[in-house]
Amino acid sequence: MSIIIDEKTRVVVQGITGGEGTFHTQRMQEYGTAVVAGVTPGKGGTTHLGVPVYNTVADAVENEGANASAIFVPAFFAGDAIMEAAAAGIKCVVCITEGIPTFDMIKAKSFLKDKDCCLIGPNTPGIISPGKCKIGIMPGHIHTPGSIGIISRSGTLTYEAVDQVTQLGYGQSTAVGIGGDPIVGLKFIELLKLFKDDKETEGVILIGEIGGTAEEEAAEYIKAEFTKPVVSFIAGQTAPPGRRMGHAGAIIAGGKGTAKEKMDALEAAGVFVAKSPAEIGQKIKEALS
Amino acid sequence: MKIHEYQAKQILKKHGVPIPQGEVTDNPSKAREIAEKIGPKVVLKAQVHAGGRGKGGGIKLVGNPQEAEKTAKEMIGMTLVTHQTGPEGKLVKRILVEEALDIDKELYIGIVIDRAKEAPVVMASSEGGMEIEKVAAETPELIFKEYINPATGFLSFQARNLAFKLGLAGDTFKQAVKFIMSLYRAFEATDASLAEINPLLVTKQGNVLALDAKMNFDDNALPRHPDIREMRDLDEEEPLEVEASKFNLNYIKLDGNVGCMVNGAGLAMATMDIVMHSGGMPANFLDVGGGVSEEAVQNAFKILVSDKDVKAALINIFGGIVRCDLVASGIVKAAKELSLDVPMVIRLEGTNVEEGKKILEESGLSFHPAGTMKEAAEKVVPLAKP
Repeated sequence: MSIIIDEKTRVVVQGITGGEGTFHTQRMQEYGTAVVAGVTPGKGGTTHLGVPVYNTVADAVENEGANASAIFVPAFFAGDAIMEAAAAGIKCVVCITEGIPTFDMIKAKSFLKDKDCCLIGPNTPGIISPGKCKIGIMPGHIHTPGSIGIISRSGTLTYEAVDQVTQLGYGQSTAVGIGGDPIVGLKFIELLKLFKDDKETEGVILIGEIGGTAEEEAAEYIKAEFTKPVVSFIAGQTAPPGRRMGHAGAIIAGGKGTAKEKMDALEAAGVFVAKSPAEIGQKIKEALS
Repeated sequence: MKIHEYQAKQILKKHGVPIPQGEVTDNPSKAREIAEKIGPKVVLKAQVHAGGRGKGGGIKLVGNPQEAEKTAKEMIGMTLVTHQTGPEGKLVKRILVEEALDIDKELYIGIVIDRAKEAPVVMASSEGGMEIEKVAAETPELIFKEYINPATGFLSFQARNLAFKLGLAGDTFKQAVKFIMSLYRAFEATDASLAEINPLLVTKQGNVLALDAKMNFDDNALPRHPDIREMRDLDEEEPLEVEASKFNLNYIKLDGNVGCMVNGAGLAMATMDIVMHSGGMPANFLDVGGGVSEEAVQNAFKILVSDKDVKAALINIFGGIVRCDLVASGIVKAAKELSLDVPMVIRLEGTNVEEGKKILEESGLSFHPAGTMKEAAEKVVPLAKP
């Protein structure tokens, strides 16, 4: 098993005719993802990369049965694209776009509240259930099907963790990048709940970073309800306060959101906390033995 | 992005938030003229991007225009040190000359985005003039909050709730409600990430004004606010960071001596962390982007080369979609063009890593290869030691 996406997932790519959209749609197709449609307003009726292009997401849902979407549209249009996908009945929206204004995301998340739709991202590498489906920009080939679930706020650091896990002979059930922005869709807790019910997942790696309180909230949930072993690494132990470390959401504000607070909270919840990013693989071995 | 107090007040004024009369200047005799117009008693306020100005001597009350000129002469060009500037302080280029007001009460109003609630929150407190973090830690019951529903926006009753909790009444209460509503309008209209009025002043006459004003903005939204983007003051920023921002690189100068070049923000932070765990300290955070273009690598080299504190460099690239052989060629080209005369440790991993390593080895470039992040950090730290 896996969470959220699998071999039955039918993907529509919003912004398929753009540069990024084209490049990564090809990579997703190579990986075996069922890309069933694309959307570019005004280009409906054409074909791109062998898939039909529609003017609206609703058309792609109606004609091709799309149930997931990947968003590659520019930042100022991405909030609208998320809401369009949700309104069209898409169940899982993966928003790759980086640089969406916070107010746009506040509006989009408020719009999603009463919809049966989960949002992944924005500013994420996406989600992959190895061997089944990948929606996003991560390199497919470093992943192997297996029993470790990964949830991360980062991109390349996730690849590092995936690589360490693969080197030790473990594979991944599903790896999810939740995004580096202050306001994102699914967060640690929602995903931990899904991994809890996934029979195939034996352990979870949670990669956090400075800023916000999502890791502390996750620690509380883990302590109360999550029984599978969890390994965590928090990036930014050396980050100075008040500075935005690349990701819009990675900032220690008013003395809050430090790596130490997060590591302490996770440790107190029984999580195996890797102090160094080199120990992530080793810790999962320890946690599973 | 941060702006100066006088710029924040210009924005607030445009949205109907009452501010004291005043003008900004870089010229002492102009300071006298302003005092003649709005004084005789005025307050001179150093315009730097840092709090705690009062204690550092950056805010002065003067009794007449002559004194205003004399004090302005001392302040303009001074290096102001506060607990937020660091020991090196900040150069004062401009001062804001404002009317001196009779203070009855100092209150606090602030608006930020609450990440957990995913909504803006308007906070009010009777404890104006203090650092709000301190109030939050010591007497959280003295901070009142109203969360904004994105569908309805900020509502009048919420502003009334806050003004009542601040203990205001009569005309002052009415002014405060209008003040808070206008402040929120300014916050939303400019895509701000912070709007803080500390203190919010109630004068002896019962009027409500923004005595100080601080606004920060969402960098992602700046392209739709060209007027605000123009308010950026490059003199307030680290020169290397300004340089890096021209190349669209995420760079932050730090105190250590191990220069870092990494692709991806999370991996870049993790690389800094592992340098620390290996006994060293990073000289910088530098994210060349998950995709690492050849141009980004070259520009990143330029930044590393110009930082005199860097005694050894660590390049850590996890090639995902981008192939390691392309990254390696980029590194070789950049390193040859801009001779980096400090030892360099390179760790490449990911797609086509073997081809990448081969390119580096055959390039004649002098560097120390590393297989893992740990090995790379352990190699670079001793190299950076004097």
